[in-house]
Amino acid sequence: MSNTPIERSAAQIARDVNARSLSAADVTETMLAHVAAVDAGIGSYLTVLDDLARETAARVDARIAAGEHLPLAGVPLAVKDNMCLTGTRTTAGSKILEHWIAPYTATAVARLLEAGCVPIGKTNLDEFAMGSSCENSALGVTRNPYDAARVPGGSSGGSAAAVASFEAALGMGSDTGGSIREPAAFCNLVGFKPTYGRVSRYGLIAFASSLDQIGPFARTVEDAALAYDAMGGHDPMDSTSIDRPLETTAKHLRSDLSGVRVGIVKEFATGGLGAEIDALYAQAYRDLQALGAKLVEVELPTAEHGLATYYLIAPAECSSNLARFDGVRYGLRVDGADVHEMYERTRAAGFGPEVKRRILIGTYALSSGYYDAYYVRAQKARTLIAQDFERAFASCDLIACPAASSPAFEFNAKSDPYSMYLMDYYTIPMSLAGLPALSVPCGWVTPPGGERPMPMGLQLCGPLFAERQLLAAAHAYEQKTKHAMKNRPLLATAGAPSGSL
Amino acid sequence: MSSEKIDVRYVAKLARIALTDDEVERFGAQLGDLLEHVDSLAKLDVSAVSATAQVVESRNVERDDAITPCLDREVVLAQAPQRQGGFFRVPRIIAE
Repeated sequence: MSNTPIERSAAQIARDVNARSLSAADVTETMLAHVAAVDAGIGSYLTVLDDLARETAARVDARIAAGEHLPLAGVPLAVKDNMCLTGTRTTAGSKILEHWIAPYTATAVARLLEAGCVPIGKTNLDEFAMGSSCENSALGVTRNPYDAARVPGGSSGGSAAAVASFEAALGMGSDTGGSIREPAAFCNLVGFKPTYGRVSRYGLIAFASSLDQIGPFARTVEDAALAYDAMGGHDPMDSTSIDRPLETTAKHLRSDLSGVRVGIVKEFATGGLGAEIDALYAQAYRDLQALGAKLVEVELPTAEHGLATYYLIAPAECSSNLARFDGVRYGLRVDGADVHEMYERTRAAGFGPEVKRRILIGTYALSSGYYDAYYVRAQKARTLIAQDFERAFASCDLIACPAASSPAFEFNAKSDPYSMYLMDYYTIPMSLAGLPALSVPCGWVTPPGGERPMPMGLQLCGPLFAERQLLAAAHAYEQKTKHAMKNRPLLATAGAPSGSL
Repeated sequence: MSSEKIDVRYVAKLARIALTDDEVERFGAQLGDLLEHVDSLAKLDVSAVSATAQVVESRNVERDDAITPCLDREVVLAQAPQRQGGFFRVPRIIAE
């Protein structure tokens, strides 16, 4: 256990606050001071919520004093800035919402606050969650806490950077094609995307509604499990939310994998990520085996079409969802001679290049004459991908594969849009199939030209609703390997020099 | 499916986004590249496959037709770019 409260796990902070050996107010003050000292060098937060954090911490302490037990008492929380929290600026990383104040709170956020979390701030993201590096944010730069010359991943890069740099004990992300798992891998964290529909999307600014899913970032599997147990479950405010009892996870973590069949994907196991990275994943699979898992080869023949499928479906849904940003009811308005010119100028000024690209490709894929050739064909490919997983899970309980093909890359390294899209090659198929999947730290590699070892993530994926088995297995792997503990982030305090772009 | 050239200006008009000449050229090239990549889907035989809009079980969700609390009108209008009384104000849509 660390002596600095902010470096303790969420589970430990909650135990200490419930036992009244630590107050939520003290954790919060220490955390706000730490954020003030280091965030200039990291850029995790778009908005720090000093006043709300202090008020919330006081309420948590009062509830504990009144005899309540709160599963996440006093745990400092980083909220991705595409999630609404009443009275706070909620930007989606976009100029079109730069000054928008949320008038209500997202269900998943509300549930974590009810469980005792203290909101420290709203974190940076790729604009409207479209990207894999946070470089598409219109409002700020976020650096990787392990190397300031590198990206934190995305789109939930701010939440990942915050948890990695001890600026929060838990983070909230949203994952549409990998936006929790890839930044978790880049920042030495556990990042968990539950089954589609397990966590309410009410109050999450929509990107691609059939794919978007909220989930936690944490420094341990146990913390991710506690966060999931608190945020998950049915919500009548989200009609796609699954109406069946939540299987809680935190009390079911395991320390071995005996009796678990782990599928190794034939199509992903052909090597080609470079000798060092291939060896790292081969070792990870051997470690699963050493824990008692039986390794079996499985095939996902359609997975190679995941990227193409995703880059039709997600933009199609985004072009529809983002139609609401028209300058009429909220957000930016740029005046024009008539209402059409007002729409066109508002959206031209309010959206950044990646958002415009995706709206355009989605509009094209849905337009008359192309709908069947692109959108419907992609939806059929999606069926085939989901069927691949169903067949694979007939012979295995979980699938193991890389979370990303490389460690965190340097800023401006992926200037061609498609090269950025490729970062999600291993995470997109699970998103299209709606499956629960996570990334857990699995080792370190020093990238070519890099000066420091950077973290890598092992992706584990289960059948629909297999959250409990998935987190149990990740816990066993984490406890055996302890990769996350092997290096610490570099945190420059305010005034000290940090890396430059 | 074919990777014919996208009429970016037409698509941008459908999407209600004003583009500069530079953007038309740049996005046109980038979207053309992307369409070449997604053309790989043409290789899949999907003739006997049904389309998936959403993977997880879903059914129509209904609720009682009862009035429940919602945001106050003043709260909603407070962030309107332009308002008039209890309404959002927009440029004239129907010509005189």
